[in-house]
Amino acid sequence: MEINKILLIGNPNVGKSAIFSRLTGAKVVISNYPGTTVEFMQGYIKINDTRPAIIDIPGTYTLDPTSKAEEVAVRMLKDGDLAINIIDATNLERNLYLTLELLEKDIPVIVVLNMWDETKHKGIEIDAGKLEKALGVPVIPTCGLTGEGIKDLVKHLPKAKAKKIKCLTDEERWRHIGRIIEDVQKLHHRHHTFLERLEDISIKPATGIPFAVAVIFCAFWVIRFVAENLITYVAEPFFEKLWTPIAMKASALLGSGGFLHDVIIGKLVDGKIDYTQSFGVFTTGLFVPFAMVLPYIISFYLVLGILEDFGYLPRFAVLADNFMHRLGLHGYAIIPMILGLGCNVPGALAMRLLEGRREKFIAATLMAVAVPCIAQIAMIVGLVGQRGGGYVALVFSTLGIVLIVKGVILNKVLKGKSPEILMEIPPYRIPQLQGVIKKLWMRISSFLKEAVPYVLLGILFVNILYALNVIDFFSKIFSPILRNVWGLPEGAIAALIIGFLRKDVAIGMLGPLNMTTKQLVIGSTVLAIYFPCIATFAVLVRELGIKDMLKSAAIMLSVAIIVGGLLNLILRF
Amino acid sequence: MIISIVGMKPGEVGTVTDIQGGQEVTRRIQGMGIRIGKKIEKQGSHFWRGPQRVLIDSFKVAIGFGMAEKVFIKVERNGNK
Ligand SMILES: Nc1nc2c(ncn2[C@@H]2O[C@H](COP(=O)(O)OP(=O)(O)OP(=O)(O)O)[C@@H](O)[C@H]2O)c(=O)[nH]1
Ligand SMILES: [Mg+2]
Repeated sequence: MEINKILLIGNPNVGKSAIFSRLTGAKVVISNYPGTTVEFMQGYIKINDTRPAIIDIPGTYTLDPTSKAEEVAVRMLKDGDLAINIIDATNLERNLYLTLELLEKDIPVIVVLNMWDETKHKGIEIDAGKLEKALGVPVIPTCGLTGEGIKDLVKHLPKAKAKKIKCLTDEERWRHIGRIIEDVQKLHHRHHTFLERLEDISIKPATGIPFAVAVIFCAFWVIRFVAENLITYVAEPFFEKLWTPIAMKASALLGSGGFLHDVIIGKLVDGKIDYTQSFGVFTTGLFVPFAMVLPYIISFYLVLGILEDFGYLPRFAVLADNFMHRLGLHGYAIIPMILGLGCNVPGALAMRLLEGRREKFIAATLMAVAVPCIAQIAMIVGLVGQRGGGYVALVFSTLGIVLIVKGVILNKVLKGKSPEILMEIPPYRIPQLQGVIKKLWMRISSFLKEAVPYVLLGILFVNILYALNVIDFFSKIFSPILRNVWGLPEGAIAALIIGFLRKDVAIGMLGPLNMTTKQLVIGSTVLAIYFPCIATFAVLVRELGIKDMLKSAAIMLSVAIIVGGLLNLILRF
Repeated sequence: MIISIVGMKPGEVGTVTDIQGGQEVTRRIQGMGIRIGKKIEKQGSHFWRGPQRVLIDSFKVAIGFGMAEKVFIKVERNGNK
């Protein structure tokens, strides 16, 4: 039989994506928490002369078609030609339930015993040969980290056959599993390791909360330290020493003025290029993404990657569960929010894992309003920070308060209750340097490919809008709100328009407006709140449906008007 | 003595005897590995009706308070019956 479509299926966090990446060479996000993969990923593998597709399916505990994600998994099974069932060798019993369910289907199955390396230090001894006999399908021990066993797996692919055992009831399945376990697995006693003690310390409330505070503090410190050093010692010298002379030559060639000059180089300030004021595509357009944002992207994703791989996020989620319930969510919802701090798009995608429509709506609305992405954060730090660190803190604490107040209100107003957390907490694992770097590079290159073009486009757009007097037109219309409610100059409308496209550019546009510190604080806060960027918006429309998204957008705009207005009334500097 | 997960003391071990949730909740809980006949160890709980942590075989699960109240466990306690 010809194999065209191979499915990777298994419980969450068993290493499906790690194996997928080994088999196909495709780059995918691999992290130590359940629910990393939320979208189907497709890659290809070469077997003899064929090139079947391999699909990485989001993790699922059962094939019970009552839940949405599992429904899709079951549907996928129908047109798959082969299922590779990845199981976590350190959790054989629970994992085998899905295996039995798969064996009942009319599809060839190969079982992969992943995490084989971990069984040794966990005192678990599994007889893979016996398991193979008991299940009647090939069983291959692997290690997703080193690639051990992958060759063996590839060799077995063409030989797999459907088993199609008779359907069992729940109880029969568990009894069957019990017998298998008895036969193939031996447990040895062993002492607790340092990492296991750390697991306890970091999750018990009494020690876990101070631990979490310390982790957050260190994370911020490292992110800032790395980014600021990259800016001061790499990015700025590069632009000042190397780029400025080239750009100045180009400026002279273009006649130091005129439309084309302004688009490419921008306005000269005192005859010189000012990277935060000029707003040419090849000056500010490059400086914003590469010298202001990229350093923060690098440092943020470095720290996030280490925390993800270590397995800290699910613990943080458990600790935050109580707090999140006040906002109508449960602890797991903090994971999409943390991802959203990097970029709201993956954050919005991760919201698929939240149970109901109500929860998704609350989480999405909160994230879009109060969780600025790192590009935006970097710009706020860069621009508002010039006026003093306290003002940066003011912007972020305002967003924090908005998050809490809005969550509490939504939780009261929306019918229904917040669902409860039910989550596996994986063991801590020492992050592998190679894995961390690979993931960091993936995220950097997606910023370069998916964000930088929009930044350039945004700046080009600004120049065109100004040249066509479109901005003046909108300034006139919106100046009552801008001036009377928020106390902002009319020119700020341009930032609000560009903010739909890219928030980082929008914040940057506040720079040349000669604003007072108060205006700058209000301007950046409003920009963070009023609407998500277009990329996030598109994902949210898909995930929430257009109706809920419009409701959510109405909330965002009102919150922006209210919060900006309040700040304008309260702040005195 | 039969109590819910919530009633277990940290470090206490018991056997799951019943899960009294709706069908879907029960399935989710069982799919997670907390099922009838299984030995589980309570590891701790979080204040204000926060999540309960249990150890099953060699993996750890956090389960919300309300859900944990529906999972009944047989424990051996000396003294009080
Ligand atoms: N020690 C060890 N760790 C592994 C192995 N395979 C994967 N991991 C780690 O286990 C964690 C989970 O791996 P993923 O590939 O993201 O798991 P997944 O099954 O795709 O998870 P979801 O997408 O969340 O369902 C990561 O931290 C991996 O580095 C292995 O064989 N041994
Ligand atoms: Mg995955």
